[in-house]
Amino acid sequence: MSYDNELYQQVILDHNRKPRNFREIKDATHSCHGVNPLCGDDITVYLDVDDGEGVINDLSFQGSGCAISKASTSLMTTFLKGKKIDLARKTKEEFHKMILGELDPEIDEHSLGKLTLFMGIREYPSRTKCASLAWHTLIGALDKKHEGVSTE
Amino acid sequence: MSESNTVVTGNPVIDVDKIRQDFPILSTTVRGKPLIYLDNGATTHKPLRVIERVRKFDAEEYGTVRRGAYKLCEHSTQLYEGVRKKVADFLGAEKQGEIVFTSGTTQAINLVAYSFGKRFIEKDDEIIISNIEHHANTVPWQIVCEERGAKLKVIPVNDDGELVMEEYEKLLSNKTRMVAVNHVSNALGTINPVKEITEKAHAVGARVLIDGAQSTPHMKLDVQEIGCDFYTFSGHKMYAPSGIGGVYGKMDLWEELPPYVTGGDMIMQVTLEKTTYAKPPARFEAGTPPITQVIGLGEAIDYLNEIGMDNIAAYENSLLEYGTSLFNDIDGVRIIGNAKNKAALISFYVEAAHPHDVVTLLDQDGISCRGGHHCAQPTMIRFGVPATTRASMAFYNKTEELDALAESIKKCIRFFSA
Repeated sequence: MSYDNELYQQVILDHNRKPRNFREIKDATHSCHGVNPLCGDDITVYLDVDDGEGVINDLSFQGSGCAISKASTSLMTTFLKGKKIDLARKTKEEFHKMILGELDPEIDEHSLGKLTLFMGIREYPSRTKCASLAWHTLIGALDKKHEGVSTE
Repeated sequence: MSESNTVVTGNPVIDVDKIRQDFPILSTTVRGKPLIYLDNGATTHKPLRVIERVRKFDAEEYGTVRRGAYKLCEHSTQLYEGVRKKVADFLGAEKQGEIVFTSGTTQAINLVAYSFGKRFIEKDDEIIISNIEHHANTVPWQIVCEERGAKLKVIPVNDDGELVMEEYEKLLSNKTRMVAVNHVSNALGTINPVKEITEKAHAVGARVLIDGAQSTPHMKLDVQEIGCDFYTFSGHKMYAPSGIGGVYGKMDLWEELPPYVTGGDMIMQVTLEKTTYAKPPARFEAGTPPITQVIGLGEAIDYLNEIGMDNIAAYENSLLEYGTSLFNDIDGVRIIGNAKNKAALISFYVEAAHPHDVVTLLDQDGISCRGGHHCAQPTMIRFGVPATTRASMAFYNKTEELDALAESIKKCIRFFSA
């Protein structure tokens, strides 16, 4: 019944079943549509960012995709809510390095917190884009990429 | 043969345990489990004799083709052209010169779309494809239509994944220049009635290209019996090396077409003012071809002929029937594509999990399956799924492997439903 892998941890399965912040923000200050053309993951990320401080007051998403992409987006929203956009950008860089195996959370300095749950992805190169789509889309929203983003 | 190629008569003469010994990779392990390879629609593995033939050719016989008056070159050229003859016989072509080598089906269709389009397609002409084509048999025609001002028409499919022939007939007219459809759908496994499609197209004066990437490895073919104008194939889907494939075309049609890729070997004479082109097939084979891969392809064809394509079709059909009944018994699994005439390929949707999660978990059990849109997004859209998981079989697969796949899918469903 069980699988000998670090990929589908309980927290990830839980976020897949019950994604957090799974809704639209009506008056979003930022939003972006992101797709993973090779597997069809398709999400929209919404943000409500405070003009002055650059604080992410609210963050949500909608869309469809595999368990990894959904859980990754869900966890991202819970992780970043209330944080500043500078930190969001820094976290994206660290997350990306981690899933590519270029940052080892057990050795290197980082501020990824519970996002290290996705460390197991580095053993599955074909799945890294499932985990990174959320973050690419987030950056697309912050950079006001109205045409959307793609992992390809 | 094209319309009767799934008929099973008598006992398949396939000793699968013996066949499996021919394929070294089948005795390897993946993630600590014995490999169960069910992605043959994507690419097939090579028997040892193909691997060894390629090695021996490179080690002892290799030379360029068509260019030099020395022994190595003459020998290579003889072998290379000998494979063209083997391919022609394998496909049932009349003349070996009707076979043009390409890197595979994708390049083959691009070649025909470009050259045929340039020569024969004009503004307001129409090209017909189907709703269950691979992107390789969709995009080149879209581009031709865009560049020539022609229109693309699409044959719809019913809920079982079969082409709606009445609708096809309605699409045909004196504006139709080309009908391009697959023989076997890579996403659903549907075997299309290519002979009937061809006859109806010819009745309005249109030409026909059949994408044979998924049929060539699995059934006995006779392009003259089908009557089509072009028929494409990929070597790596028929137990040969990757990087080689080709296209059969009727000689009178080849002779009318302009070249696609230009350069060395495809010319009659070049002066700085003007170039005249070589006759087919050389006209369409510019540059040094993948010589070693061609030799490997020839060996793979010999191997398939020794086993017998009718035996392969019959055995694979028994696998399909076995697998289909297994899958129909799993709650929460829906087979996409239930054509009456179907190749040994099962595309399915697991309600509890996305296809990419399914294939990752199958992989944990050593099972290689494809999860995705199979480069056939219009097909996925038609059936309302983002992607499917696909088990595509070959004559080296066993019913026990399908049992293991079914168990692994059940395990995956339990995992995601827990």
